[in-house]
Amino acid sequence: MQLSASDLRIERGGRTVICNLSFTVRSGKCLALTGPNGAGKSTLLRALAGLLPLAGGTISLEPESDEPLAAQAHYVGHADATKNVLTLAENLDFVGALLNISQGGMVADDALARLGLGRLKRLPAAYLSAGQRRRLALARLLAAHRPIWLLDEPLTALDASSQMTARKIMATHMEEGGIIIAATHTPLELASAELRLGENG
Amino acid sequence: MKSAKLAKPRKRSPLLALFLRDFKVARRIGGGMSLGLIFFLILITLTAFAIGPDLALLAKIAPAIVWIAGLLSTLLGLDRLFQSDHEDGSLDLILTSAAPLELVILVKCLAHWIVTGLPLAAIAPFLGLMLNLPVGQLLSVCLSLLVGTPALTLIGAIGAALTVSLRRGGLLLAILILPLSVPVLIFGVAAAGAGAQPLIPPATPFLFLCALTLFALAGAPFAAAFALRQAGL
Repeated sequence: MQLSASDLRIERGGRTVICNLSFTVRSGKCLALTGPNGAGKSTLLRALAGLLPLAGGTISLEPESDEPLAAQAHYVGHADATKNVLTLAENLDFVGALLNISQGGMVADDALARLGLGRLKRLPAAYLSAGQRRRLALARLLAAHRPIWLLDEPLTALDASSQMTARKIMATHMEEGGIIIAATHTPLELASAELRLGENG
Repeated sequence: MKSAKLAKPRKRSPLLALFLRDFKVARRIGGGMSLGLIFFLILITLTAFAIGPDLALLAKIAPAIVWIAGLLSTLLGLDRLFQSDHEDGSLDLILTSAAPLELVILVKCLAHWIVTGLPLAAIAPFLGLMLNLPVGQLLSVCLSLLVGTPALTLIGAIGAALTVSLRRGGLLLAILILPLSVPVLIFGVAAAGAGAQPLIPPATPFLFLCALTLFALAGAPFAAAFALRQAGL
């Protein structure tokens, strides 16, 4: 599997944020997006997830598939997509049912246990701390299998041991042939290529 | 990770999961069903107090009162239809699922209607008694709300999609969609008061109301999906 982008141009609010950007990520590789605040890291991830229209350029996936890129990718953004009134298990069950039609994935309980949230599974998500919410968001990656992970600041608010867990999960995904594109300020400490976005794109 | 058991390839439908989730969230937040019903009850009671003890007049305008109260109660919470999902990022998640956005919107409207519109239709006959509505019209009031409120929810979904990224979009939503719901109101009141006007066959306004709901059912999901995609999410 290979994800390539060529001559991307993305606009936000009528302003060109990214222009003439090309890159290729192969199976089992991780691309770390770095750069100052406002450089367009999140914008690029949203565009890859199909949430923002491209103003120019193409994104292609090999081998070609009937499903659009968005349907093969996990997008974990700043917002955690968590409903406060639902319990952790209910939140994750919903994600599993929503995202995996045929690909399979972990049972919600196991995914929660992997992120160290097993004991809290019957707790409404409103009571979680910022780091625990982040871990719940990351548990989505396990609850539904998708080959491409688009992660926006995956390690924010996580404590040291949770960061290690998150890194291990990402490393396993790469070993299994997945693709990770992550915007980050914290070093991922994974064998990753770095794409630095500057003010000029 | 290897030791964790993988889920069997489940054939759980994404749309069913979405429906159940919306239903659960609506029931757990702020009283869910009861809030809209109490608002409906208060509106009807207030009107009855305001008009006073003229029973003949009350009976004459009862269908109109019930329908206006129903329209306003449907508006309640409609602004949060997509906004709450937009704010917590769930909308991004839903957009990356393989389910078509138009169907997603339809399912969300269904969940919203079951929590707001359906209970209104169910208790309308009892409130109709409070307004001295002739017993023969109780059923037609109930039926007109049952058939007409889905159209209100669907039209409201367009407004909710247009105002998805506005923090205080509730008022704008009302201004946007209340004029659009005029046809539903006209035929809804006519269908509810069927039998009162001897010139029109009773079924005619009811069938027009059905047509409006079907029209909204066919058109609104596409309009709302277009608005959501344009919102620059």
